[in-house]
Amino acid sequence: MTALTTHAPVLLIAIPLLGAFATPLIGKLGRGARNTLVGLVVLVVAGLAALLAVDVFTAGAPTIYEMGGGTFTFPLSGGQVPVRILFEVDSMSAFMGLITALIALTGAFFSFSYWKDRSGSNLYFSLFLLLTAGIFGMQMTGDMFNFFVFLEITSIAAASLVGFRVWLKQSQEAGFKVMAMYTLSGLFVLLAIGLLYGQYGHLNIAALASRLTGSLTDVIALGLLLTGLAMKAGAVPMHMWAPDAYGEAPAPTSAVLVANSQASLYGLFRVLFTLFGASVSTGAVGWILIVLALLTIFVGVTMALIQNDLKRLVAYGAVSQIGYMMLGVGVGLAVSATKPEFGLVAMQGGIFHMLNDAACVGLLFFASGAVIRASGTRDLNAMGGLAHGMKWTSVCFAIGAVALAGVPPFNGFASKFLIYEAAFKLSPFLAVIAVLSSILLLAVFVKAFQAAFLGPRTTAMAHVTDPSPGMMLPMVALVLVVVVFGLFPGFFVDHIVTPAAKALWLGRDAYINAVLGG
Amino acid sequence: MNIGNLPFIAAALLVAFGLYTFLFKRNLIKLVIGITLIEMGVNLFLVTLGYRTGGISPIYTYAPEAQQMVLPTPQALTLTSIVIGLATTALLLSFAVFVHRHYGTLDIRKVKELKG
Repeated sequence: MTALTTHAPVLLIAIPLLGAFATPLIGKLGRGARNTLVGLVVLVVAGLAALLAVDVFTAGAPTIYEMGGGTFTFPLSGGQVPVRILFEVDSMSAFMGLITALIALTGAFFSFSYWKDRSGSNLYFSLFLLLTAGIFGMQMTGDMFNFFVFLEITSIAAASLVGFRVWLKQSQEAGFKVMAMYTLSGLFVLLAIGLLYGQYGHLNIAALASRLTGSLTDVIALGLLLTGLAMKAGAVPMHMWAPDAYGEAPAPTSAVLVANSQASLYGLFRVLFTLFGASVSTGAVGWILIVLALLTIFVGVTMALIQNDLKRLVAYGAVSQIGYMMLGVGVGLAVSATKPEFGLVAMQGGIFHMLNDAACVGLLFFASGAVIRASGTRDLNAMGGLAHGMKWTSVCFAIGAVALAGVPPFNGFASKFLIYEAAFKLSPFLAVIAVLSSILLLAVFVKAFQAAFLGPRTTAMAHVTDPSPGMMLPMVALVLVVVVFGLFPGFFVDHIVTPAAKALWLGRDAYINAVLGG
Repeated sequence: MNIGNLPFIAAALLVAFGLYTFLFKRNLIKLVIGITLIEMGVNLFLVTLGYRTGGISPIYTYAPEAQQMVLPTPQALTLTSIVIGLATTALLLSFAVFVHRHYGTLDIRKVKELKG
């Protein structure tokens, strides 16, 4: 058991990677064999992520995994520098791993039924596992260049998932846009890594963090990293690709793409708190993050308001939620020099919202995928009265929608309330924008729900029924997550969110010392 | 001959030209060219970081005594980055091919069914 937890960080990446390349081969044996393989891979990965999380949360200290055999003992004694590629998993990484595991698990099982009668499914599952492997890699790695490599793996896998159905016109446009923006963001990150390496001769995050001086070149590198990672997370004004990607990708994938955006956001937070936490003015950078966050929230919600395409509407909703996470963590960063009480609350809110957003947005994408699959249209004006045939789907959609809009007693409220409370302490204006946007988002979803599900049964939509149990079960699982996290937020905040928030907010020294020694 | 900071200037120019092309050109293929230019600039920058004037190739067992080697890590980084660049360029170009097949044009002003 201990060997399993020791090797969990690398197995989380190796198993889906191996699965990704085995899928097309096993797929030759038939659909059943392939589904068994993919199902096993995601189950094992989810188990490992849970195991790793329990281990890291109870230990309370970062776990180090050294690639290529343990010839060093960590922490290193004085004067030694890390030369191998390291994985460093602290509570924040483990927390992100849990989110990815949840989405990969539900997404894969939803996909089995979703792709039952469609072509290209072997390719789809191969890319799905590749994307999962890349996301885990970004979250576990302790090395800047390694981070870039995983970032590019997710870029290629994600863009391919958006556009691999080459017979669909709009998916090609979306695919090109996504790949171009992802590549650009990756190159910004690589240039920044080059700038840092040129000055300090290190790629390891802990070693770099302990040496950064905050020179002009460092600030340029920070600017490049901030731009690149915010672009990949879909923050306004670099969000043009995000609604296209979420909207055009197959429904189960959209949820994984959101997890991918969150992984970039995790990279951004890691860079801001751990790498640059002590060498640049965190107050100024925090306010930049807050401004980006407010723009993202506002533009995301207002653009969602004018959509007539169900999937694109949910996609803009998902864009706006990225803003709430950035707002929470941005407030935490802005005050991290003085560390007042509400800073930690803001961090808890922002980080808790990552998990809640993954569950709610995943649920909404699954439900809208089921609706589009059953009705054969994405146009809200052509739908209507779907609740007659799709009772359970409409309930799932409604729960996801009100939870995302932050209505109690669901999980979105639990995390957004923490964000409002802390943002209000920093500046009431921030809280006002955040609350107003949440209300607008509720209006958006009321409109969508009314247009799609309510009203009399139309003749064109008379044939729709609830999807098969294979698609209902993942949705029900996410509904359970949404409800349970909403009813008992205190328990989850105490046990999994607070360690993650503290690892970012207070854990910079622990992160560095775990590698270099105190 | 000492080439000084010339490679850094060349790298910066490549990135600047690439960004200009990416931001202001309207043809999908030219956008891909712009991205490739940025990528080449970054690769040149990485290789230059590891260069030492008069240094020999970093093969430890063959190194004569007391001779400077160029740094091996940036070369490994550049090689990785080139391979990744190959994959991204191939993917971008194949998307461009399919966009042309569906829309009959490569002009981004006409390829915009997804907006708003």
